[in-house]
Amino acid sequence: MTKKILTVDDSRTMRDMLMLALTDAGYEVVQAEDGIDGLETLEREGADVVITDINMPRLDGFGFIEGVRANPAHRGLPVLVLTTESSVEKKTRAKEAGATGWIVKPFDPVKLVDVVRRVSG
Amino acid sequence: MSADDPFEAIKQTFFLECEELLTDLEASVTALTFGDGDGETINAAFRAIHSIKGGAGAFGLEELVRFAHVFETYMDELRSGRKTCDDTAIRAMLHASDVLADHVSFARGLIPSMDEERSQTVANELRALMDGGGPVVAAAPDPSPAADPIEAEFDFKPVMFDFGDASDAPEVVAPEAWTITFKPHVRLYETGNEPALLLRELARLGPCQVTLDTSELPALTELSEPAACLSWTIELDAPVELEAITEIFEFVEDECDLVILPKGEPAGSVEDSAAADVGIAALLAAATAPAPAAPAAPAADEVDIQALLAMATAAAEPAPSAPAPTPAAAVAAPSAPAAKATAPTGSAQAAGGGQASIRVDLDRIDKLINVVGELVIQQAMLAQSVAECGLAASSTVKVGLEDLEQLSREIQDSVMAIRAQPVKSVFQRMPRLVREVADMTGKNVRLITEGEATEVDKTVVDRLAEPITHMIRNAIDHGLEDAEGRAAAGKPKEGTIRLAALHRSGRIVIEVSDDGRGINRERVRKIAVDRGLIAADANLSNEETDNLIFLPGFSTADSVSDISGRGVGMDVVRRSIQQLGGRISIASTPGKGSVFTMSLPLTLAVLDGMVVRAGGQTLLSPLSSIIESFTPKEGDLHRIGARDWVIRFRDRFLPLIDTGRVLGFSKPDAPEITGRDGIAIVVENEGGSQVALWVDDIQGQRQVVIKSLETNYRKVDGISAATILGDGRVALILDIDALVVLGRQQANQSEFKIAS
Repeated sequence: MTKKILTVDDSRTMRDMLMLALTDAGYEVVQAEDGIDGLETLEREGADVVITDINMPRLDGFGFIEGVRANPAHRGLPVLVLTTESSVEKKTRAKEAGATGWIVKPFDPVKLVDVVRRVSG
Repeated sequence: MSADDPFEAIKQTFFLECEELLTDLEASVTALTFGDGDGETINAAFRAIHSIKGGAGAFGLEELVRFAHVFETYMDELRSGRKTCDDTAIRAMLHASDVLADHVSFARGLIPSMDEERSQTVANELRALMDGGGPVVAAAPDPSPAADPIEAEFDFKPVMFDFGDASDAPEVVAPEAWTITFKPHVRLYETGNEPALLLRELARLGPCQVTLDTSELPALTELSEPAACLSWTIELDAPVELEAITEIFEFVEDECDLVILPKGEPAGSVEDSAAADVGIAALLAAATAPAPAAPAAPAADEVDIQALLAMATAAAEPAPSAPAPTPAAAVAAPSAPAAKATAPTGSAQAAGGGQASIRVDLDRIDKLINVVGELVIQQAMLAQSVAECGLAASSTVKVGLEDLEQLSREIQDSVMAIRAQPVKSVFQRMPRLVREVADMTGKNVRLITEGEATEVDKTVVDRLAEPITHMIRNAIDHGLEDAEGRAAAGKPKEGTIRLAALHRSGRIVIEVSDDGRGINRERVRKIAVDRGLIAADANLSNEETDNLIFLPGFSTADSVSDISGRGVGMDVVRRSIQQLGGRISIASTPGKGSVFTMSLPLTLAVLDGMVVRAGGQTLLSPLSSIIESFTPKEGDLHRIGARDWVIRFRDRFLPLIDTGRVLGFSKPDAPEITGRDGIAIVVENEGGSQVALWVDDIQGQRQVVIKSLETNYRKVDGISAATILGDGRVALILDIDALVVLGRQQANQSEFKIAS
């Protein structure tokens, strides 16, 4: 069955790039533009994996992940954060919020799909 | 990453997005400049830079990433409050946004070269602020733009396409096999990681022998908290790099006990891959085991079982195949308030700024507008045919047709509204221009903008930028005095440029005014005489003198300056505005300043007009310029000179233009105005002065679709465009101002003839 991936990013460029890489790899992609949109889309559409940006208006990536984990139904949902910072601090914060792993931007499409597979099977 | 088509398309999207982000950035910085900003404003600016950097990295735009990174880092300092957002900071931000915009333009190929030196200077300025927090001046004496100390500090990699390409790694002899012990913590499950998947990734590296250790799994009665009780030992029989293994555990290294050791002795029993598969299958089963296994443990009392089930489920939930009893899971859920999900992290106000919108290709809208234009024409033709049938006004056909007309008009208005855009997008580019020109001239300038929300057709918006740019350059360079000049005139040190947009009688009016010295009429006149533009003894009114600056080849700058010179004068501005069906004029008060006023049609596609007949032709006068029309009485008309006429209108006399004659439609032997029946239409030209047009007949009011005469035929004096009427005839649209000028010229010529 096709796996569904929710991408949450306020940058259209980034959403398009994720869409291209993931649909090429055979995934179904749904998109959201910020944390709140992301939570609503997740409730409405569901997803097998979530990829989220950190810096977003309204609700940032950390808040979004906490929101996802607050729902018992999504406690085991793999959530990957996209970040340009390779800094330890950002990863630690994302982890504390409940992130499964991270993808450093700019990403290599092959690598991206590898990571998605690693957390979702 | 190859530059295939979808990738190229995304790159274009990126540049479009950059445009929006830069506009946001400019708006944020402007807000901060005027003290309207708060934490969220800085945040928004940070996000804009961050997004530009993120996209730029994906496209390998190294220089852009490099600069954006420094800028972003600085904004982060401001955002976190580690540095204060004072005037120095704002000035640095202004400079940095300009340079960032240049980097984007350069990457996009819009500008031929990048001013690297300026980029470095500004980057150093930001770094200096981050380093010491001192004023910019501290950085200025440092003449070495190459010094780049911060770069290393931020562990910065401009382009990151070098993902884990193992072939780049130095040659290390890898061990033949590995022994890995892996004991997940509860947190590993809580973050959505799944041991089974990690083990499967390991199995991709080579044959694995996996042992599951359940020794820590307590009896059901002893389970008291969600706990991770399983651990695995994996014998990986493959000579892989250590990195290949650690990479798999990259996300969970802090959430498990992980020991990776080269295998002590060469593997005695090499498992084949089939065996490894079996191992994994067993593993998968084990991973999902805790929950189902738990109830099998010795029985306890019922209350405990309920809680235990919950805990067990919580621990086992990451395994996709674990059938989680929902009620139990609900009990086990941590009490994290669901409200948090919807609680924005202190930035909810930002949401108000975003508007739901879709992006539509302009071609599609233009096509729609064209079709709607045809619809309107067709509808008018149909109405005319029906009218000619002589049906009763109450007939269903007529009533239906009226409704149709109403609908057509609504459709047309709606379609035009799609193309309408606020002039904001153009106005927002101006603060930067003002800063640049102010820097170059060393003048202190403040820009005030008004009416940014004024809407106008997109084609008009797009073409406004150039004339406005030129007018502002001109106003700062020529209009405003330098500091001493202002002080001597008793004016504030800071000069003011005001840029305003407003709607006036169906047109958009853009005003650029300054509080400078005003036009030096004597000098203007002298230059015009020197260049042979006017006769030495020409008698000109103040207004006429001021407008000499629009003559081709006129330049008041003593030397063609770098700022407003550029080889073009105000005549070019005037021409580009005229091409849009617009006009420009200047009003100046010596010592007080000048106001440039340009007025443009709101749209270049449709026009409300009055259909008139003159000299046997059907013509259309734009409704927006008509004040009134009336049938003159005997004695209202007076001849002045040989062929000039005036008409009495509300106790005033207005010049009267014989439309048919001026445009050359009337036969030369046609009777004079007094010998014909006719109607006078009072119109107002751009300068606000009124004249009357003499026409034979008025046929009615109509909305028409403008068809360019220049693209389909050629420019005709006194005519702005053409249109197709309901009966299929072509009607010419009058250009009132040009007509007035034409009328004056002809009158002058005839006077001249008589005089000679």
